[in-house]
Amino acid sequence: MSKEGVDVGRRRFLTLSTTVVGAVGAGFAAVPFIASLPPSERAKALGAPVSIDISKLEAGQMVVAVWRRQPVWVVRRTPEMIATLEAVAGNLADPDSEVPQQPDYIKTTGAARALKPEFMVLKGVCTHLGCSPKFRPDAPAPEIAADWKGGFYCPCHGSKFDLAGRVFKGMPAPTNLPVPPHRYADDKTIVIGEDTGAA
Amino acid sequence: MAIVPNPHKTTGFIGWIDDRFPLTKIWKDHISEYYAPKNFNWWYTYGSLAMLVLVNQLITGIWLAMHFKPDETLAFDSVEYIMRDVPWGNVLRYLHSTGASFFFIVVYLHMFRGLMYGSSHKPRELVWIFGCLIYLVLMAEAFCGYVLPWGNMSYWGAQVIINLFGTVPVIGQTLVETIQGDYTPADATLNRLFSLHVVALPFVLVGLVIAHLMALHEVGSNNPDGVDIKKHKDPATGVPLDGVAFHPYYTVKDLVGVAAFLFVFFAVVFFAPEGAGYFLEKPNFTPANPLSTPEHITPAWYFGAFYAMLRAVPSFFNTQIWGVIVMFGAVLVLFFLPWLDRSKVKSIRYRGPIFKVAVAVFAVTFVGLNWLGMQPTSDLYTQLARIGTALYFAFFLAMPWYSKIDKTKPVPDRVTDGH
Repeated sequence: MSKEGVDVGRRRFLTLSTTVVGAVGAGFAAVPFIASLPPSERAKALGAPVSIDISKLEAGQMVVAVWRRQPVWVVRRTPEMIATLEAVAGNLADPDSEVPQQPDYIKTTGAARALKPEFMVLKGVCTHLGCSPKFRPDAPAPEIAADWKGGFYCPCHGSKFDLAGRVFKGMPAPTNLPVPPHRYADDKTIVIGEDTGAA
Repeated sequence: MAIVPNPHKTTGFIGWIDDRFPLTKIWKDHISEYYAPKNFNWWYTYGSLAMLVLVNQLITGIWLAMHFKPDETLAFDSVEYIMRDVPWGNVLRYLHSTGASFFFIVVYLHMFRGLMYGSSHKPRELVWIFGCLIYLVLMAEAFCGYVLPWGNMSYWGAQVIINLFGTVPVIGQTLVETIQGDYTPADATLNRLFSLHVVALPFVLVGLVIAHLMALHEVGSNNPDGVDIKKHKDPATGVPLDGVAFHPYYTVKDLVGVAAFLFVFFAVVFFAPEGAGYFLEKPNFTPANPLSTPEHITPAWYFGAFYAMLRAVPSFFNTQIWGVIVMFGAVLVLFFLPWLDRSKVKSIRYRGPIFKVAVAVFAVTFVGLNWLGMQPTSDLYTQLARIGTALYFAFFLAMPWYSKIDKTKPVPDRVTDGH
């Protein structure tokens, strides 16, 4: 085609500006497609906080609640169980909970990782690949470890956690079990999914 | 307006179509006058077989979708409904589930064929790359399909695989929730994986298969000698002297392969559809339960090698993204094969001992890793998986070096017969 009499600069400008406007339009057009993917309003409503009654929980026992379809454990720890937390600290990957796997108000509680040391609240999902570890308070348990003092054992890939959900060194799981946001509504009730201090 | 007569001089109904649509041209270009080397051996049937299995998956898939319900409360029961109440439903489902495993068997052998005979070498790099893309999409397609029955292994498999994206720094958790459409794998997840499995990915897959074949037919097929048959053409017709028309020669030959394949395929479909627990896993015969993890979460057998590599890499710096990187890297490295292989010679027939040993070790490693990926973890298996992972990557990453220094034999000018 002959380019005689063609204002090339003008043509180039028009081509470029059309492309840019078109690209911006395509970007806006993508919004409904992307925005439809995250949890819907219904999914968010179903993921609302749940309450757990802990008044009937015996010492050394665990109760499992479901929050956002994931198991949330409340373990009522005996004084002996609490005593193991310091004993195993040397074998842990992150004994001081440096990795933010818990709300700040839990990190400040030290080895206990609990607002009240007696009640351990954990999300029962392995930090390796999302399996649900087994509660193994029984000690000794040589099939898990020679010096097992009780804790949580993941059957999928063998990760081990202590009775505060802290991961042992050299495990497939990189971090401690997460502590979900929670608060005490009263002495008998823990609300999972709402932060302490929130209404 | 007069229509320019078509160059094929066809008349009648076909002529009418050829005046308007390149029907005869397509037939000739891709079937009756596509000249393939005459020395293909049985390794060259896997391309056709992959196509056959693809058609099987598409047709049985369409029929299964007529009865299946992508709803977390209904999905598992609808699969059982297909198995028990839909006439021939169990056969339709077993054709589809067995087809999935055979798709990977056929594709793995097809890829290994390409590896042995240097089929990815210039000028077939794009044939290879389209093939790798097909493999990648096939993995996504198989994963989505695996989740649909919403058995307990489906559920936990989905959990594990989607959580791989959670290892991405900063945006990981948001990414996982965006993919799932919920805080855990849920109805929204099942529904969208169904959409991907039956609409989006099959479209992409078929498109890539067409691109794979177009690229192949543009440059012509390689052969077990790795000889370029286009170097010697009949001066009168321009047809390669060592080429034979795809139809009828290879259509008929491939039919023999199809018959042999179907013997094995239907033996499994009719007599061992669960494939000893490898084609359909036992935990998947119980419905999904978010609160109960199966004893061992194992992937489908065809992902075993990648799962073994994922598990072999320990987490450090408080993240396990390294295993995920290694796993995706294991697929990604395949794309670079045409440039990693620096040998002057294509076919393994004329290559030296280093390459032969490397290919043999690689084959054993890949099968071994697949097996390891399906075993529960133990210290020994983890060590073996680490060695396997190292060998897998060494095969590719050291290839530029060892393929160059390896001795080669002289390649004949024309293809050889009788192999």
